[in-house]
Amino acid sequence: MKIVVLVKQVPDTWAEKRLDPDTLTVDRASVDGLINEMDEFAVEEALQLAEKHGGEVTVVCMGPEGATDAYKKALQMGVDKAVFLTDPALAGSDAVGTSYALAQVLGTLEYDLVILGSEASDARTSIVPALLAERLGLPQLTFASKVEVDGTSIKINRQTDYGHDVVEAGLPAVVSVVEKINEPRYPSFKGIMAAKKKPVQTLDAAAAAIDTARVGAVGSWSKVLDATVTPPRSKGTIVTDEGSGGVELADFLATKKFV
Amino acid sequence: MAEILVLVDHADGAVKKVTLELLTKARELGTPAAVFIGSGYDEAKDKLAEYGAAKVYVAQDPELTGYVVAPKAELLAKLIAEAQPAAVLVPATAEGKEVAGRLAIKTDSGVITDAGDLRLDGDRLVAEQSIFGGSSIVHSAVTTGTPIITMRPNSTPPAAAPAAAERVEVSVELSDAAKLAKVVNRVVVPKGDRPELTEAAVVISGGRGVGSAENFSVIEALADQLGAAVGASRAAVDSGWYPHQSQVGQTGKTVSPQLYIAAGISGAIQHRAGMQTSKTIVAVNKDPEAPIFELVDYGVVGDLFKVIPQLTEEIAKRK
Ligand SMILES: Cc1cc2nc3c(=O)[nH]c(=O)nc-3n(C[C@H](O)[C@H](O)[C@H](O)COP(=O)(O)OP(=O)(O)OC[C@H]3O[C@@H](n4cnc5c(N)ncnc54)[C@H](O)[C@@H]3O)c2cc1C
Ligand SMILES: Cc1cc2nc3c(=O)[nH]c(=O)nc-3n(C[C@H](O)[C@H](O)[C@H](O)COP(=O)(O)OP(=O)(O)OC[C@H]3O[C@@H](n4cnc5c(N)ncnc54)[C@H](O)[C@@H]3O)c2cc1C
Repeated sequence: MKIVVLVKQVPDTWAEKRLDPDTLTVDRASVDGLINEMDEFAVEEALQLAEKHGGEVTVVCMGPEGATDAYKKALQMGVDKAVFLTDPALAGSDAVGTSYALAQVLGTLEYDLVILGSEASDARTSIVPALLAERLGLPQLTFASKVEVDGTSIKINRQTDYGHDVVEAGLPAVVSVVEKINEPRYPSFKGIMAAKKKPVQTLDAAAAAIDTARVGAVGSWSKVLDATVTPPRSKGTIVTDEGSGGVELADFLATKKFV
Repeated sequence: MAEILVLVDHADGAVKKVTLELLTKARELGTPAAVFIGSGYDEAKDKLAEYGAAKVYVAQDPELTGYVVAPKAELLAKLIAEAQPAAVLVPATAEGKEVAGRLAIKTDSGVITDAGDLRLDGDRLVAEQSIFGGSSIVHSAVTTGTPIITMRPNSTPPAAAPAAAERVEVSVELSDAAKLAKVVNRVVVPKGDRPELTEAAVVISGGRGVGSAENFSVIEALADQLGAAVGASRAAVDSGWYPHQSQVGQTGKTVSPQLYIAAGISGAIQHRAGMQTSKTIVAVNKDPEAPIFELVDYGVVGDLFKVIPQLTEEIAKRK
C-alpha cells in the first residue's frame, strides 16, 4: 500500500504568534518552526498502516524555503521519503489555494491513501482535508478516531458533535485524524541517523504544474485586509483558599452579575 | 435585496441557537433565506420564521445526510447557481466548515472560517476573525466568487423579527462523487438537559484534577446552579470520565461564553486554544504555578473539592 502523509510546518505552539504587519501573513521568521503536532498523529497512523499491510510512506510538505523541520521529523519517525514543495509564489496562499497546490503535488505521486492532521495549530481552518477530497474526487474520511483498511476498502470512526459516524469507502481515499487515534512514536537514534540518507525531492511550482496565478497572496480567493494586535488581558486577582475561597469566589461572581 | 443563504444547524428539527444568530446577522446584509437539510422540518419552521427567514429551502432526501459532507455542498452549489445569493453563511462547526470548504471549491469561491462578525463595507462583505487565541483581530474579504462565510457560535445575540418563511422544496441529483463516503452507522451519545457547550453563557470545565467520572458530579452540581454547560479537558476525556463531545480545546470545541470556570485544569496551550476568548475566566487549581492562572480574571489556589462545593452552596443560598 502506498500512503502519502501531509504535514505542515507551524510556529511553535507555545510561542507568541503574530502576523507580519507588512505581508499580513504569519510571521514565521521570529519563532521556531516545527511539525504541526496533530500531523505527528497522521504520520504515526501512516506508519502503523504500512507496518500492518506492507507498503511505503511518503511525506509531503508545502512551506517556505528552509522550513524543513516538519518533513525531517516525519522521516525520523520512519517515513521512507519526502517531497517538499517550496516556491516564493506560494507565499500567502489561502486554504483554497493551498489545497490546489497540494492536489497538484499529489498528481505527481501514486497512492492508495492520503492522510492529514485534522487541524493546523496556526491558521486552524480545519478544512484542507475536505478541500483536497473535493479537488481529487476522492472519498472524504475526516476527523477519524479509528481507521481500518481491508484490501480495497477503508472504514473509519468519524468524530462528530453528537458522537461518531462509522464511515466506509473504497480506496484511494483522503483521511484526516484526530489526536485520540494513536500515540505518536519518538524518533529513535537510529531513525534520526537513517533520516539523513532518505530521499528528499524538492519541487517548485513549475515542477508540480502549479499555475502561479492561482496561488499566493495575489492568486487567492480571499484576502486579509488588516490585522490588529489586541491588548493583553489585564492581570487578574489570585487568592489562596484559607477556608472561604468558595464564598469569596461567589462574591467575585456577584460583582460580575453572574450570581 | 439579494438573498443571504443560511445553512440551518439542527438535530432532527431542533434548531441550534447558532442558526438564529446567523439569521439575525443575515438580516443586516440582505434577505435571509434558510436552507434546511434533513428530517424534522415541521419542528423547525416556526423558529426559522420567528428569526426572520423570508424563505426556507427545504431538502428532505435522506441521501443528503447518508454520506459525509459532500451532498450538502452539492445542494448548496445548486442553490447558489439558481438563487444567486450575495453570500452563504454556515455555522463554524467542524462539519459546517467542511461543507463551506467543499462548496467554495465547487463554485470557485473564497471561504472564510470562524468569523466573529460580518459587515457590509459598500457592497463588499468584510469578516472579522479573532486569531491566535484572541491575540490579534483581522478583517478579511472574499475576492472571488460568492462569499462563503462560516461564523462562530455565540458571536451575534439572536433577535426575533418574524418573517414569512415561505417554503420552497429543493432537491439535487447527487453525483457519484458525492456518494463515495457512506455513513453505515450513526452513534448519537444522549445529551442531558444542560445547555449546549458552544451555546452556553456559562461553561464550567473539569480536568485531570477532578480525578474520576463520579467526581464530575461536583462540577455538574455547580453547573446546575449556574445554568451552565459542562466541559472537560482532554486529560479528563481520555481518562473516560466525560464524553469527547465535551472536550474544550484545539481538537475539541471552541467556546466563548460570558463566564468560563476551569477546575483542576492546568491550562495547556491546546486547552487554551478553545477557551481563551471567553469574557470572564475563573480557575480553581491547587498549584499556584499552573499556567491557567496567566489568563484568569479571578483565580483560587486551592482544592477544587473544597472550593467548588462551597461556591455551589453559596450560590444556592443567595438565590
Ligand atoms: C489566522 C489565519 C486565518 C486564516 N483564515 C483563512 C480563511 O478563513 N480562509 C482561507 O481560505 N484561508 C485562511 N487562512 C490561510 C490558510 O490557513 C492557509 O492557506 C493554510 O496553508 C491552510 O490552512 P490551515 O493551516 O488552516 O490548515 P488545516 O486545514 O487546519 O490543516 C489540516 C491539515 O492539512 C494539512 N496541511 C495544511 N497545510 C499544509 C501544508 N502547507 N503542507 C502540507 N500539509 C498541509 C496538514 O496535515 C494539516 O494538519 C488563514 C491563515 C491564518 C494564519
Ligand atoms: C494534538 C494535541 C491536541 C490536544 N487538544 C486538546 C484539547 O482540545 N483540549 C485539551 O484540554 N487538551 C488538549 N491537548 C492536551 C493538552 O496538551 C493537555 O495534556 C491537557 O489539556 C491537560 O489536561 P488537564 O489540564 O486536565 O490535566 P493536567 O495538565 O494534568 O492538569 C491537572 C491540573 O489539576 C490540578 N489539580 C489536581 N488536583 C486538584 C485538586 N484537587 N484541586 C484543584 N486542582 C487540582 C493540578 O494542579 C493540575 O494543574 C492536546 C494535545 C495534543 C498533543
